[in-house]
Amino acid sequence: MSARITVNGKEAPISPAAPHTTVLEFLRDRGLTGTKEGCAEGECGACSILVARPGVNKPTDWVAVNACLVPVAALDGQEIVTSEGLATVGGPGTPPTLHPVQQEMAVRGGSQCGYCTPGFICSMASEYYRPDRCAHPGSDPDSAPYSDSDAADSTGTEHGPNGFDLHSLSGNLCRCTGYRPIRDAAFALGAPTDEDPLARRREQSPPEPVATEYVQGDRAFLRRGTLAETVHLLREQPDAVVVAGSTDWGVEVNVRSRRADCVVAVDRLSELRELRVESDHIEIGAALTLTEIERRLNGSVPLLAELFPQFASRLIRNNATLGGNLGTGSPIGDSPPVLLALEASVVLASADGEREVPLADYFTGYRQSVRRPDELIRAVRIPVPLSPVAAFHKIAKRRFDDISSVAVAFALDVEDGTVRKARIGLGGVAATPIRALAAEAALEGRPWTAETVEAAARELRAAGTPMTDHRASAEYRSAMLGQSLLKLYARTTEAVSS
Amino acid sequence: MSQLSERPDQPVVGTSMPHESAHLHVTGTALYTDDLVHRTKDVLHAYPVQVMKAHGRITALRTEPALTVPGVVRVLTVADVPGVNDAGMKHDEPLFPDEVMFHGHAVAWVLGETLEAARLGAAAVEVELDEQPSLITLRDAIAAGSFHGAQPVMLTGDVEAGFADSAHVFTGEFQFSDQEHFYLETHAALAHIDEADQVFVQSSTQHPSETQEIVAHVLGLHSHEVTVQCLRMGGGFGGKEMQPHGFAAVAALGAKLTGRPVRVRLNRTQDLTMSGKRHGFHATWKIGFDSEGRIQALDATLTADGGWSLDLSEPVVARALCHIDNTYWIPNARVAGRIAKTNKVSNTAFRGFGGPQGMLVIEDVLGRCAPLLGLDPMELRERNFYQPGQGQSTPYGQPVAQAERISEIWRQVQENGGTSDRRREIAAFNAAHPNTKRALAITGIKFGISFNLTAFNQGGALVLIYKDGSVLINHGGTEMGQGLHTKMLQVAATTLGIPLHKVRLAPTRTDKVPNTSATAASSGADLNGAAVKNACEQLRERLLRVAGTQLGANASDVRIVDGVARVLGSDRELAWDDLVRSAYFQRVQLSAAGYYRTEGLHWDAKTFRGSPFKYFAYGAAATEVEVDGFTGAYRIRQVDIVHDVGDSLSPMIDIGQVEGGFVQGAGWLTLEDMRWDSGDGPDRGRLLTQAASTYKLPSFSEMPERFNVTLLENATEEGAVYGSKAVGEPPLMLAFSVREALRQAAAAFGPSGVSVELASPATPEAVYWAIQAARRGEVSGKGVTATGASGNGVARNGLVSDGRSGNGHAGNGGSRTDAEAPSGA
Repeated sequence: MSARITVNGKEAPISPAAPHTTVLEFLRDRGLTGTKEGCAEGECGACSILVARPGVNKPTDWVAVNACLVPVAALDGQEIVTSEGLATVGGPGTPPTLHPVQQEMAVRGGSQCGYCTPGFICSMASEYYRPDRCAHPGSDPDSAPYSDSDAADSTGTEHGPNGFDLHSLSGNLCRCTGYRPIRDAAFALGAPTDEDPLARRREQSPPEPVATEYVQGDRAFLRRGTLAETVHLLREQPDAVVVAGSTDWGVEVNVRSRRADCVVAVDRLSELRELRVESDHIEIGAALTLTEIERRLNGSVPLLAELFPQFASRLIRNNATLGGNLGTGSPIGDSPPVLLALEASVVLASADGEREVPLADYFTGYRQSVRRPDELIRAVRIPVPLSPVAAFHKIAKRRFDDISSVAVAFALDVEDGTVRKARIGLGGVAATPIRALAAEAALEGRPWTAETVEAAARELRAAGTPMTDHRASAEYRSAMLGQSLLKLYARTTEAVSS
Repeated sequence: MSQLSERPDQPVVGTSMPHESAHLHVTGTALYTDDLVHRTKDVLHAYPVQVMKAHGRITALRTEPALTVPGVVRVLTVADVPGVNDAGMKHDEPLFPDEVMFHGHAVAWVLGETLEAARLGAAAVEVELDEQPSLITLRDAIAAGSFHGAQPVMLTGDVEAGFADSAHVFTGEFQFSDQEHFYLETHAALAHIDEADQVFVQSSTQHPSETQEIVAHVLGLHSHEVTVQCLRMGGGFGGKEMQPHGFAAVAALGAKLTGRPVRVRLNRTQDLTMSGKRHGFHATWKIGFDSEGRIQALDATLTADGGWSLDLSEPVVARALCHIDNTYWIPNARVAGRIAKTNKVSNTAFRGFGGPQGMLVIEDVLGRCAPLLGLDPMELRERNFYQPGQGQSTPYGQPVAQAERISEIWRQVQENGGTSDRRREIAAFNAAHPNTKRALAITGIKFGISFNLTAFNQGGALVLIYKDGSVLINHGGTEMGQGLHTKMLQVAATTLGIPLHKVRLAPTRTDKVPNTSATAASSGADLNGAAVKNACEQLRERLLRVAGTQLGANASDVRIVDGVARVLGSDRELAWDDLVRSAYFQRVQLSAAGYYRTEGLHWDAKTFRGSPFKYFAYGAAATEVEVDGFTGAYRIRQVDIVHDVGDSLSPMIDIGQVEGGFVQGAGWLTLEDMRWDSGDGPDRGRLLTQAASTYKLPSFSEMPERFNVTLLENATEEGAVYGSKAVGEPPLMLAFSVREALRQAAAAFGPSGVSVELASPATPEAVYWAIQAARRGEVSGKGVTATGASGNGVARNGLVSDGRSGNGHAGNGGSRTDAEAPSGA
């Protein structure tokens, strides 16, 4: 019951907040009303705050997350900063000194109604403090040979001369400005000074994970210190809701008013936060955030590198995990098609030990899997070597931060003009993510030609049983399955000819 | 130059400056209505009891189960209303209905000690319903003859003769989508009762005076017993013009009954499912062109989806009719307007207020007809522009002043954007890329400024000068992000001749300035600016007399510039603070009420004729897009805009309005895809896109990669404050250029001469189907050119999208073959 959180440098008790109380509600109840609720489902970013987290290049990173999704109890022992905390308070009667991010946003017309602004400030500040921000100015040079990602920055307008990556703002919506002045503010930012306290904070260790037993009434938020303790807890509490970044559960709580008697957090378990490159596979801890995986793999799995910029927003990727995306088992999750094409498997841990299940055998029905309630996803294994031709096509209305109508991932071995191996993962066409087995068969052993591709595209168009809904018609979904192979083929042949 | 438009030396207006609250915005210290809850003791939280059926009579409403939920304090029902049970001005919008009129209609409100308790209480209320048949789609409502409100007809010239004189006659049909405001701040109100039993309501409202009126009539009070204050809004866009009243009334009623402050704040799902949107429209049209492509006649019927109650649907339809001409002279026209009554939320004001819908129809017509006429769409548009000096009037009879600006802006936007070179580059790119096509389209706008209803064109202000020389201004307009308060500070400083830091602006309150109009119709700066200026002028005249006496000069020879009063041609001067102190001791009144009424307006709603607009705002945009032929996905590569804001009061603010309006318009036309369940299942009438995850707004990925906005220079508007023009709404319609560019890019995948129909919104899926149709050449102009006056312009632009337009409006974009075109003269 002694859960505490450090907000803008001051420690405060979390109690008496309910275990489902979000960071956003907690802050607003404390009078820090700069953090706003715009959508309560991690889509608009008006609630963005900064959290001190283990860094990739420095001991600590300032990571921006959606405060509307995270239970405040999940931040027991941690440090956060809000828009109010970025300005330096002056003496009595003197106005606060604006943070450089605030200054640029203010003078360049980056705010109109101002409601989304504190969230933009925090997302922008996170990118401002990214230690490797200036290391790769201009557009990303490390694109894969056959990368045709629609998320790629084809024009160079998504990266500033200061290394600012606009994708860091992909989870922030502004209804007033049309974004141009916000981009100008972002691209005008310099580097933090040596005196900047938040820049200095990066050099120190992040807060250590703490075990949490936060109980209010008959509801509990629990965090154990080790994997062994956690799986034992799950055996005792099979109905517990397991959360890592809460990016899915938070929506259930806010929008569908779901409440759980017991929520168990696994995001700080060190056993779930390793990334190991072995001779025959890469093992990715289930509780590493997508941002951490993206930065640590650094393009070495091109298909994942294509996936990440298209997976929700930076704010979500800063909290979301592969374990969570597979654990919820949504047929429109973006990682399963990619992991299916990569022939990944899932390592499940329980009090009885571990088992490894190929992802192709993992899903059993709509949001159902072979995972037992007392099992945790500990890691995802991707066999190497990787197939050299890789592409991820996400069909959606919006390029940044949308849910796919369909998603198609390709991993192909093409040798001497012949398709030796084809793995195709599909999302959004059935109750579960599926492999396009007929299309794979239509490609394998055949020459990589327009005729082969057209025949395989016909199989793709017939794959699954797509539905008509508010995102897309069934006809469009089917058409896009075939089109994505035609597009991949066109890009590969264009690349060869040019 | 008029007295209203003339600027003094060193005016503060015209200076580029950020929003007056920018520092508060960026530090998170700017307060919005719901931020006040934390500062208020003992607040009760209100939660709506929404009924999730499209239509039905309430046969039982049991509130007792809610009262057993811990923390529930009271349930508000119709029995609690001491005054009039109506949340609108037309008495067709019961605050507590006995009939559920749309899916999600709130029939009661639960007050709880916590929001969680109120939510659980609302879930416990039992409602029994006698379900009734419902109309969900606009098409079904039209087929059923379900209409409400006025059905105006706008007539000019001789339509039949116009068609008889036409070399080409085309007909078509077009249905396009509604749009959610999605202001980032949802509806919110916080009410409390003061010591004299009067009601004070903090409300996120664009129309405090009307919120006040409705709170008063619901509570059975006089207006002087109710005060409404709006600190600022987190966006409004028209969505907070009429819609906040009921929520404010619920908060006020709760406060009155419990004696405790009551907060209403809708969560996003509630806001999306309970509040009105931009009206979707259906249009049928018939248009005649002469052999040169000049419009001879237009016959059109526009039907707006009004939803369940009238709200502002009548003036929205009126404005749609008044804007169907856009920048084009239509000598003979008959345009009818109707409002369909459907079982959906009551659609309402949204930036442009029907203007965008009317203009979209004519731009769609021209975009579809240009290939059939064998003309480049740019050329077709140019040929039909209003021409200066020809005495041309709009179809409702208003002369088109400043018509020369249409062509001048058109020329400038091409020059700024280097469009002729880029069109050549695009042609070369398209020839080299079978799977990717680019296109550049230019469209213009003409938008009438003033409320159609003449009475609304008035504004008020109250300006106070304190003994220490500081100035406090109050005016009737509300701040929703558009920078109105920034402009008002600049106007006050300019008129008084003092530095900006001397002036502060107080929150908008109904007990400072009464009977205000909504901050709407782009008129906020025109009306309130002129009223602020008027008040400041009264004060300045008084102070000049004092200064004249002090400085030994005639008052008419004294000027106040940058906080110092000086006599012309002399070095005698008096600092502002000293001047004010002297005036006080001489017992000169240091406060003034300002007032303004827009002159020269008249409008007859019955004959649908008059001159309802003080002036027109003009602009044009050139947009280049790139479309992926595999998927229909696209990017906006470059946008160049030239826009007419008169002489800008505040250039950074105005450019922000132009850019933001453009992107919001592009969202409506391309991305924002409202879907309603029109099936016969249990969720009939449900809004399917009721979250930010399913209703996608433009994000950074939709921002034009290159975005150049230029304000028209030397553009003084004689009829408005300091020569400026309104800017809030017009730029939204510049986004037609995005849609037309997408149409042209889709066409580029097929043979030339193809008329492409494009659903609206033009989502990637809609663009994909347009590409497929263009590739098949199915809409190509077989028999395009109706020769002579025989009028058999059999344009086979009749491809009804084959059930796959896929945005839920299958076939909406379809036009029929011209079998009914009049044969012969």
